[in-house]
Amino acid sequence: MSKETPEPDIDDIEIELLLEALFRRYHYDFRHYARASIKRRLIQARGRLGMTSFSALQERLLRDPEMLAKLLNYLTVQVSEMFRDPSYFRALREKVIPHLRTYPSLKVWIAGCSNGEEVYSLAILFREEGLEQRTLFYATDINPKALKAAEAGVYPLDQIRKFTENHQKSGARTSLSDYYVADYDRAIFDSSLRANVVFSDHSLATDSVFAEMHLISCRNVLIYFDRGLQERAVGLFEESLVRRGFLGLGRKESLRFSDHAAGFSDFVREEKIYQRRDR
Amino acid sequence: MNGAVVIGGSAGAVQALLTLLPALPADFARPVLIVVHVPPDHDHGLVTLFQAGCAMQVCEAEDKQVPEPGTIYFAPANYHLLVEPDGSMALSADDPVNHSRPAIDLLLESAADALRSRLIAVLLTGANQDGAEGLRAVFRAGGAAIVEDPETARVPTMPAAGLALCPEATRLAIDAIAPYLLRLA
Ligand SMILES: C[S@@+](CC[C@H](N)C(=O)[O-])C[C@H]1O[C@@H](n2cnc3c(N)ncnc32)[C@H](O)[C@@H]1O
Repeated sequence: MSKETPEPDIDDIEIELLLEALFRRYHYDFRHYARASIKRRLIQARGRLGMTSFSALQERLLRDPEMLAKLLNYLTVQVSEMFRDPSYFRALREKVIPHLRTYPSLKVWIAGCSNGEEVYSLAILFREEGLEQRTLFYATDINPKALKAAEAGVYPLDQIRKFTENHQKSGARTSLSDYYVADYDRAIFDSSLRANVVFSDHSLATDSVFAEMHLISCRNVLIYFDRGLQERAVGLFEESLVRRGFLGLGRKESLRFSDHAAGFSDFVREEKIYQRRDR
Repeated sequence: MNGAVVIGGSAGAVQALLTLLPALPADFARPVLIVVHVPPDHDHGLVTLFQAGCAMQVCEAEDKQVPEPGTIYFAPANYHLLVEPDGSMALSADDPVNHSRPAIDLLLESAADALRSRLIAVLLTGANQDGAEGLRAVFRAGGAAIVEDPETARVPTMPAAGLALCPEATRLAIDAIAPYLLRLA
């Protein structure tokens, strides 16, 4: 059998073996992520980590746990903003918050919280709406470095202009500058914002449900998964939500083609906010 | 999937596409996937703009959707568009590449990888070099590489960069591209 260009096929085989090794050795499961992006980022990692092949990378990874942390920073994407897509936060504020007010205590899960931008956004929004005191936030991610950054709540000062603009567009009742102090080139967010936040390591690919949530916000995470893994994650969300609980996804994510679509109704369609059905 | 056409362009590309896309028939045999550089914060309105004049269906690419023949898919503003090994489309919010999101290189390289010789790539007018590496990847994978002729393109930088990296690419004036695609498809 002849092959037109054998080289890329070898890459693909090696990538599959590398992801398998990563799973068996460290239990991080990237086998069902959208492959085109993973491949691009692994090619970057191979170059920057000075490896001649994915097999060489795999050999190092199996024996050297420090390689894991490095590789995770390539395999996961930490691109985020505070109040990213302000209209999403405005819809939460105007349409979802009135429902949440009717509960005496609330649980909110931010799945794939990255460096915490979304966590602080929601904490600020809930404080502005007077619900922070009765809310427990669970912020989860698989990247330990991101979780640490989220817990620290320190962002480059040059991002603050964008964050402030987004916050204003979300229907802010306060000024973002009420919540941070500037220190040289960094903005350090008020630690009281995370008084009700639990940060923890949780994978939508391998871990199980989180209890009785009223709101789950999982934005720009599902697009990195293949269809099957998306189904798994949405299944977790469905099981974790209280009846009539809310699920918010990223701007270009939807339940439209999901097997779980029947379990949800559109709540704010343009903002990809869904409500779990009663039955 | 029976292959695809992928198109990338930047400055001047909307004008160029207004010549190219309406010349393709409703039953064009392949899906057409397009990245145009647009400002990140808005819905770019390209779907509405092109729906009116095109015989093919026009829509925005959705994550993990399998592209259909006779349909044009635009990458949404602020997301990269890639083609998965199974031929479905995938969006990503990764950092900009070549200062652009969506980036043409990502679409072309991933599509080349997935579709090999069943891919046709077109690089249009533009003021930067995004897409040049992608075009070369398409050619190397056995696909057809086409550039808008830099001499007549509104902004020659992008097609010229494409030709520099992929001199084997077919060079065509904008109004010759649709007839050429019809012959290939
Ligand atoms: C692009 S960021 C999204 C950040 C934020 N939610 C937003 O929309 O701006 C994607 C995050 O998902 C995390 N992630 C990737 N795979 C995951 C998994 N299996 N379980 C939980 N989080 C995951 C990554 O580590 C990264 O922090």
